[in-house]
Amino acid sequence: MKMAAPISIHLEFGGGAELLFDGVKTHHVTLPSQSEPWDVKQLLEWIKANLLKERPELFIQGTTVRPGILVLINDADWELMGELDYKLQDQDNIVFISTLHGG
Amino acid sequence: MEQDVARIIAELTAKEKEVADLKAKLEKLQKDSHTTASLHPMEDISSALDHLRKKASLNNDEIMRYSRQLLLPEFGVKGQVNLLKTSVLIVGCGGLGCPVAQYLASAGIGRLGLLDYDTVELSNLHRQVLHGENRIGWPKAFSAAESLKRLNSTVECIPYHMQLTPENALQLIQQYDIVADCSDNVPTRYLVNDACVLSGKPLVSASALRLEGQLTVYNYKGGPCYRCLYAKPPPPETVTSCSDGGVLGVVPGIMGCFQALEILKIASGKDSSYHQQMLLFDALEGRFRTIRLRPKQNGCVVCGEEPTVKSLVNYEQFCGSTATDKCRRLCLLTSDKRITIQEYKQILDDKIPHLLLDVRPLVEFNICCLSSSINIPLSNLEQCKPEDIALLKEKMREYKRNLQSPVQVYVVCKNGNDSQKAVCALQKMSGSELDSLEAKDIQGGLMAWAEKIDTKFPQY
Repeated sequence: MKMAAPISIHLEFGGGAELLFDGVKTHHVTLPSQSEPWDVKQLLEWIKANLLKERPELFIQGTTVRPGILVLINDADWELMGELDYKLQDQDNIVFISTLHGG
Repeated sequence: MEQDVARIIAELTAKEKEVADLKAKLEKLQKDSHTTASLHPMEDISSALDHLRKKASLNNDEIMRYSRQLLLPEFGVKGQVNLLKTSVLIVGCGGLGCPVAQYLASAGIGRLGLLDYDTVELSNLHRQVLHGENRIGWPKAFSAAESLKRLNSTVECIPYHMQLTPENALQLIQQYDIVADCSDNVPTRYLVNDACVLSGKPLVSASALRLEGQLTVYNYKGGPCYRCLYAKPPPPETVTSCSDGGVLGVVPGIMGCFQALEILKIASGKDSSYHQQMLLFDALEGRFRTIRLRPKQNGCVVCGEEPTVKSLVNYEQFCGSTATDKCRRLCLLTSDKRITIQEYKQILDDKIPHLLLDVRPLVEFNICCLSSSINIPLSNLEQCKPEDIALLKEKMREYKRNLQSPVQVYVVCKNGNDSQKAVCALQKMSGSELDSLEAKDIQGGLMAWAEKIDTKFPQY
């Protein structure tokens, strides 16, 4: 079986979501090689297992992000890109922004 | 000669005092009249506002006043005339609403509705720039209207000192051309959105917290509405208000200016640049990012093809939170695990041995604290951070050198919410990670201390 090569991607957290990741906004990560190409659903599982420092329910609920977090794939709303099924490419930029409500 | 000088000085002092007294009297009268006139009666909403004047030209005063923007080919006389006949409802006269109102009034918008249920507090002034020290206690809607009148008396300002509710929102919003969401809480954001969709008004929306801001125009030219993006409200415990999380005043200032800019473009007859786009601002990095958003969603419950939300609903229920940015009161513990602030004062006075654990973030602990307290932020406690657990163990050892266990721990925070969570965390650790202890929280926290015990203790 042909394995997909490892890929490097940029992750960003903002709007307060970074507080779940020790306050670090930008992470450059390498996803290991696997038989299928990585999709966003698998990325969320990877983040939960490898990056989330505390209270995962404030980031992930079920198999998707919790309500109130907007996901951007290369500066576009993930809804335009296939959401959880989007196949990650090397050097993709994935942003998780918590919605602000203050004024 | 010397006598004359002394006499004149005495006379001057007396006159100055007289002037100061008169000023204070006037201010009090003005404040009272605004407070008593406060509740804008419902009739005022239901009776339709007059049509704004429709005119094709500008008078000489207008030409002079607006000359610098009239010179812009993108704006010109046509843009100005359009502006003069546009009305804008500003929901929330706080950190966002103030700059929005300020720039729209200066630019010569026709009519401004200014809605806010709240009154001016000292902690608002760093960002809510239409209110001043002499306005503390005033309804924000009236304070804003008063400042705007001085800025541009030709703009019609209508203050509404009231909460936007499902009962009054449609009636109010229908009377305006454009709505600016400058509110500070989730239920109001859903309410404003639905009311704008149901009345077909563009919604220029911004928000700000800490050092970040977001802006977009909803319900505009095929773009999404708020519910298209956020079909489900966020869990209440994930929502942070400016009073909890803090905000640098200039950040809502910048976002409010952007809102004013987009409103000016729409009102003058141009398109907004943020249709189906969102602006993200990171003040710390000094970075703006514009992102492409999804279009209007066919399945959206309010703006979709088969809407199920056809009238306004109960938004506080929908969101599970109240329509204010004030602190929520948690109730996690039974009363035997809590003491009042007066009881704690008694414990101090009686010199009863105990440990006082302050679980606020370090940044808040640095603002003020009680002298005997140990600071371990709640998140560190919940994560059992080794250095913090070591500190607590050390303090417990000191305590037990003189006394028998269990160690009595009182937990304090700002308002008495986190302290309850901390007591739960301590109870779990008692007898395992830590020696056995007895933990109770202090109701109302340090703000209750400042209010009821030591009025010199800072409030924030």
